[in-house]
Amino acid sequence: MEEINQNSQTSLDFNTEKFEPKNEIEIQQIIKFCYKKNLPIEIVGNKTKINIGKKLQCAKTLDMSKFSGIIDYKPEELYITVKAGTPINIIQEELKKNKQHLAFEPVNFSKIFKKNSNEGTVGGTLSCNFSGSRRFKVGSARDHILGFKGFNGKGEKIKSGGTVVKNVTGYDLSKLITGSFGTLLTISELTLKVLPLESEIKTIIVSGLALEHAMGIMGSAISSSNDPSGAVYYPGNLRNNFVFNDLTHPGSITAIRVEGTKLSTEQRINNLIKELVLENKKLTILDSNQSEIFWEDTRSLKAFSINDRNLLRAVVPPSETVNLINRLKTFHPNYFLDWGGSLIWLELDYLSNQKIDQIRERILDANGYLTVIKSPESLKSSSEIFTIDPIKFKISQNIKKSFDPKRIFNPGKMYTGI
Amino acid sequence: MSSLKMPKVDRQTLKNKSKIVDDISAFTKKVNILSESEELKPYETDGLAAYKQTPMLVVLPESTNEVSKILSYCNKNKIKVVPRGAGTGLAGSALPLADCILLGLGKFNKIKEIDYNNRCVVAQPGVTNLSITHAVQDKGFYYAPDPSSQMACSIGGNVAENSGGVHSLKYGTTTNNILGVEAVLMDGTITRIGGKVFDAPGYDLLGLITGSEGLLCVITEVTVKILKKPDTAKAILLGFPSIEDAGNSVMEIISNGIIPAGMEIMDKVLLEATNNFSKAGYPLEAEAMLIVELDGTKSEVEELIKKVAEICKQNKCTSVKISKSDEERSKFWSGRKAAFPACGEMAPDYYCVDGTIPRSKLAKVLREITKLSKKYKLPVANAFHAGDGNLHPIIMFDANDKISLEKTEKFGEDILKLCVKYGGVLSGEHGIGIEKRELMCEMFNNNDIQQQISIKNSLDPSSLLNPGKVYPILRKCAEEGRLHIHGRDKSKFSDIPRF
Repeated sequence: MEEINQNSQTSLDFNTEKFEPKNEIEIQQIIKFCYKKNLPIEIVGNKTKINIGKKLQCAKTLDMSKFSGIIDYKPEELYITVKAGTPINIIQEELKKNKQHLAFEPVNFSKIFKKNSNEGTVGGTLSCNFSGSRRFKVGSARDHILGFKGFNGKGEKIKSGGTVVKNVTGYDLSKLITGSFGTLLTISELTLKVLPLESEIKTIIVSGLALEHAMGIMGSAISSSNDPSGAVYYPGNLRNNFVFNDLTHPGSITAIRVEGTKLSTEQRINNLIKELVLENKKLTILDSNQSEIFWEDTRSLKAFSINDRNLLRAVVPPSETVNLINRLKTFHPNYFLDWGGSLIWLELDYLSNQKIDQIRERILDANGYLTVIKSPESLKSSSEIFTIDPIKFKISQNIKKSFDPKRIFNPGKMYTGI
Repeated sequence: MSSLKMPKVDRQTLKNKSKIVDDISAFTKKVNILSESEELKPYETDGLAAYKQTPMLVVLPESTNEVSKILSYCNKNKIKVVPRGAGTGLAGSALPLADCILLGLGKFNKIKEIDYNNRCVVAQPGVTNLSITHAVQDKGFYYAPDPSSQMACSIGGNVAENSGGVHSLKYGTTTNNILGVEAVLMDGTITRIGGKVFDAPGYDLLGLITGSEGLLCVITEVTVKILKKPDTAKAILLGFPSIEDAGNSVMEIISNGIIPAGMEIMDKVLLEATNNFSKAGYPLEAEAMLIVELDGTKSEVEELIKKVAEICKQNKCTSVKISKSDEERSKFWSGRKAAFPACGEMAPDYYCVDGTIPRSKLAKVLREITKLSKKYKLPVANAFHAGDGNLHPIIMFDANDKISLEKTEKFGEDILKLCVKYGGVLSGEHGIGIEKRELMCEMFNNNDIQQQISIKNSLDPSSLLNPGKVYPILRKCAEEGRLHIHGRDKSKFSDIPRF
């Protein structure tokens, strides 16, 4: 990794609107320049998630996508250190060579926003912290970051964490920067925990269940000793998004995934069928290949990628899901459930500020939270994208100030005033 | 107190003691305020018993509102506050200050809700770690992080120190197993962070607070995730002719895609000491022993146990013993859990070091520890959470011999420097507290430390909440030279298992 020498010569053109730094020296110089001149910077990677959050109008763009590459990968130590601009798929390909992966299955928004399959960068993925179906088993992106290096809003290089999983050495800033949408720090380097890929994946699909019944089955599966690694529910109207040779039954899809050795997955599938009393239900068992496609389609929100509708993400305690879905019916959303029913993806035709507020209110009543993922450009500046209360807003404002006193990093991206 | 430098004592606060008692009795029952020296004595230290300091007052509030009023009052009157859970921490994070109010959360001892539908338990911070598992085990659930002091340590303290245990590689530490907290800031503000959902929106304040050693807020409620107990768990004891062979086996097990629930290595010194103590049936002819625990479905466990045994045989393992029952599995662990008292039999005092290293560096680091042991002429026994790289060398010494104590301190410090040198960290699960405060400069430069301090300042501008802990106050990290930290001896509560 390059050592930073503040006196080093640079070929940077500071008049440009878009910076594409290739090394840490350039990143630091750009930030120091913007700090000195009070110039707000929009930090971007591959822009797959740029539409999430409030629309920014910044004097400068810091495009990190050229700051890319694997710095250190130690399969036997279960970690990989990468530059922030490295695409997620490049990392996953490298890990796959050693039968490993990033187990948190980052949500792939590229089909939703860009209509292609180029995934975002690792820096963007961590900055947004949207994690996939394995959440209840292995955690989200924030549970897989071991350490980072980056630059605060004054251009000072800081680091936190390390390469080991057990670490109580100062505040865990790795967690704090994860999900901060680039408002605290420009990440330059990340160390992530990697895990072995399981040799077999099997998926039980129960067809034709009503929501309430499906929630019961997913809850029982997760609360069993069979260690499932995914539980999703697609209502009947989304059934046609999933075409598999083995899936012949019509109606809604309740899918439960188990991963492990061949013997273990077979035993657990049998246990689940017995314990959840599924013998007489319309059952399909997807093999590893079909399972991989099914869960990849879930991770990339395939069911909602064909239309160009609005997209909301709600998270509630699973016990509240059925009631909330019933209360949201008046807005006629399409929806599907992930995380065993705790994560609700909502697709709506028409959205207004008032509608967002009404939906948020119902979600807050259910002790959950709402994130607006995709909404009309006209609403971007006026509607609240995330959920926050006044006390946490104040705390967040103070924390923002401690990293970025002049508010030059993605100002207002998450909340007005932060 | 020994030569440890702590924040300047505020004489004015001490002078006002009786007024402060009167004022605080407006917020909580009088019986909850301890001010006489014999009442204060039990609170003068935590698990790092070498350091003692009687606090000005001890206050034992009973509700969140009381905590809020007390903190708000202290904030206005610039009175320092040191929060304390069960006081079992080994790094001195709950060491009182002479002019502080020690805020004991012991009366927050109730489990408020068991919610099987949402797979979580809502507990007050003074509830012990183990009693959460006890509360849900009849339905087959448990709380995963299992610090060895789990029968005594509190869940609030676990959040403050991000406690781990032997199962961290597979199940994570506290930070990966909690969903929410209710917390009170130094200005008295009460806030709820997270809840019964994953990944609450906004900045990950839950992640920031966990492991912040009581510097950012006082925890008044914790919501933890509970898991269903695996069907089967089995342990396997493996003897090796050298530490290197045991270390290589660990690396190969992981490279083969196996993530065991627990993996522990013990060296010959500890093996003999613990076996004599607990008759665990360890292979005494071996130079090192590895305990591997696997859990999951029956067939999976059996399959993986075989694979682990094969890998170890290829790495020269000389003996293999698989547990045939849960009782036998517990027996396998009993020796490991008795590491402290067993070392206590061998020397008047012992001191347990806590650092983490990359797994692959185990043999190298242990070789250097052996060299240091010869250099300092102090025996050392080594226990190692091999799965997650957490090293616990136990140095044996005599605390009555001043030179022996000083040598022990220096030895411990050298081991932690080794951990950092080989790419590890200063603490895996005990925290920094006062114990490793000045060593932070081994890992972080001034920028890193200043960024952390500025977060502290943003939430507690007058630095009244647990000041003098975690961050070096003796010097800036950029400066040259090292300062000596004095005064360690064996931990308090030596009857609590530690590993």
